[in-house]
Order: sequence, then structure tokens, then C-alpha cells
Amino acid sequence: MRELIKMVVVLTVLTAVSGGLLAGVRAATKDRIELQVLTLVKGPVLKDIFKDASNDFIADRFTVTHNGEEITLFPAVIEGKVQQVALSASGGGFGGDLGLMVAVDIDTGKITGAGVTTHSETPGIGSRAKSEPDLTQRFVGLSVNETFKVKKDGGQIAAISGATVTSRGVCAAATNAGQIYSALEGDIKSKIESLSL
Amino acid sequence: MAKTVVQEFTKGLWAEIPPFRLVLGLCPVLAVTTKVENGIGMGLATTFVLVGSNVLVSLLRNIIPTKVRIACFITIIATFVTLVELLMQAFTYSLFLQLGIFIPLIVVNCIVLGRAEAFASKNKLVPSIADGLGIGVGFTLSLAAIAAVREGIGAGTLTIFGNTFVPFGDAYMPFAFMVQAPGAFVCLGLMLSIMNMLEK
Repeated sequence: MRELIKMVVVLTVLTAVSGGLLAGVRAATKDRIELQVLTLVKGPVLKDIFKDASNDFIADRFTVTHNGEEITLFPAVIEGKVQQVALSASGGGFGGDLGLMVAVDIDTGKITGAGVTTHSETPGIGSRAKSEPDLTQRFVGLSVNETFKVKKDGGQIAAISGATVTSRGVCAAATNAGQIYSALEGDIKSKIESLSL
Repeated sequence: MAKTVVQEFTKGLWAEIPPFRLVLGLCPVLAVTTKVENGIGMGLATTFVLVGSNVLVSLLRNIIPTKVRIACFITIIATFVTLVELLMQAFTYSLFLQLGIFIPLIVVNCIVLGRAEAFASKNKLVPSIADGLGIGVGFTLSLAAIAAVREGIGAGTLTIFGNTFVPFGDAYMPFAFMVQAPGAFVCLGLMLSIMNMLEK
């Protein structure tokens, strides 16, 4: 009986201590990990679509709540004022969820740039959605209020040949991003004004 | 146990060098050694876990009841592995992306549990640290050596801390078999046989 109690006590204390320790470390590293992910996963894509921006758009990021979910937005200062804002959304690709960063002009509501951030598509086929900007370039100039579809499904976007499913995923992600942006447009604009960038 | 601390450390470097002599922990050995950098990163992560778990297991060896010792060891090891995972994400994110799933898999690396069970649970603190450090450094060196052979022959490059070297010149045509999974077995087998030859 004593042995049994000892076993229970030792295991309980051990797991409790390690759980507490890990929770502490997690809390301490959370912000740094988020920054690392932003700089190394989203940073390169953001740099591509915000070529003219003069601010540090990762440091200037802000969040807006959408249906109880926090959406992170990246403002780009061009010629002294915030002209574009980027947000990411996901869509189902061939190998899983596909993350797309979409930049929107806040005056016209048109897409000014897009780029794939994370994906698990087939290397050399679906992965071209990220490595070759052809597909994502086709969204430039289109309105955020549109529902994007590949031409095969009666839409306006020419798919990557051999990677229709991936292209559909990119379209779905762009549509999601557009819907989120449209729903939050007012919030985003007031937030940008309060930021005084 | 008349061995000195130095002996406990150096045995990990040759006499009990993990993938070759103990032939344990082969999963990461075969999987991550496609680049020298990945090999070293994996080795250092494992070393940290080894030393950490050896220290705790050694300190708690009289408290942990024998019947639940494996469960206790795994809890300790898993804690250190999760710690490494979080720290790697925070400070060396690109290496974390390369090693990916193999970091959490250190939990089930036989070397770590093997040292906790076979050594740290029966020895005092200082020899346990030496043992963990020795095995860890030996593991790191082995991974680096296998990776150097595989990357050098298979891709014609050597990647160390972001710098890429071209050992055989640009005219070398890479023998891609070596960086694929079967090449890892062949490479490990050949290196083990060379070590056996040197021993005789």
C-alpha cells in the first residue's frame, strides 16, 4: 500500500512539475516564435508583394477580430500613407491546407498582390503555385468582392496546367481573404487611422 | 564503478559511439543526415536532451519507485524534448523547419532512454553528466560524419552553418543515390565495417 501511494505521488508530482515548466517556457517563447514564423514564413512573401513599402510591415502588424477569431493584418506605407493592407487566408489544396497572403488597396478594394505562404502540395507540380508567381499574379487588379474560380469551373483564373486542384485551393484562399477583408473593411480602416503610421 | 569521469566521457566517442557501436537511435541517423548542418543540429538537440535527462534521472534515482521508473524517465525526457522544440522554434526556426518531425521523435530515441535506464539511474550526478555529454558528442560527430559522406558524394556540397563548400569542384556529378533513404543504410553499413576493420 505504501509503495502504491509512493508511485502515485511521484508520478503526479513529476508530471505536474513538467507540465508547469513547459507552460512557463511556452508562455515565455510564444511571442518570439510568432515573430520567427512571421519573418521567415510570411516575411519573404510580404516583401514580394509590398515592393514599394517604406515601413517595417511585420512590426506594424495589428489584429482585428472576425467571428471571434483574431485576424492579423500587415499595413504597407507607400508615399507617406497606408495604401495597402495584407492578410492571409487558407484554402484546401491537393495535399492539405494552403496559406495565401493577399494584399488589398484600401481605397479601391482591389487586390494588389498575392503569394503562397505555406503549402503541402506535390513538389514540382502543385508547389509551382509558390515557386512561380504566374498564378498568384493573375489576382492582381481583381476586386476583393469577387468569388474566384478556375476557368474550368467557369471562373476567371487560368489554372496552372497539371495542378488544377492546387489552383482551386489558391482561388478558395483568395476568396476567403476577400470575404474576410470585405467584412472587416470598416474596422480595418478605423484601426489604420488610429495607428498613425 | 572505478571508471573516472574522463573515461565516462570518452567512451561515448569511440568504444560506445551511439549509431555505430550501440546501433541505437537509427531513425534520426538515417533520416536527417542529408545535410551536415541538419546532422549537427539534430546531434546537439539530442545532446541537450541526453544531458538534461541524465541529470534529472540521476538526481531522482533514489526517489523514483522501480515499478514506474520507465514512465518517470519518459516524462522527464519528453519534457526536455518539448523544451528543445520550443527553443528551436524561437531561436533557430529555419533549422526547426528542416528537422521537423524528428525533433519530437527524440522522445522515443532509444539512446536517450537507454542511457537513463542503463547508466543515470544507477550512477551519481557527475558521472551521469559525463556519460550524457560523451554519448551526445559522439552522436553529434557520427551524424556529422555520415552527413558529410552522404552530402559530399550525393549532392557534391557540404553545408555548415549556412556556408556551402564544394569539396570535389564544380565538375563533380553528384551521385544522388547517397542522399536518398537506401544510401543512408549503405553509408552506415560501410562506415561501420570500416570502424570494425580499424579495430582489428
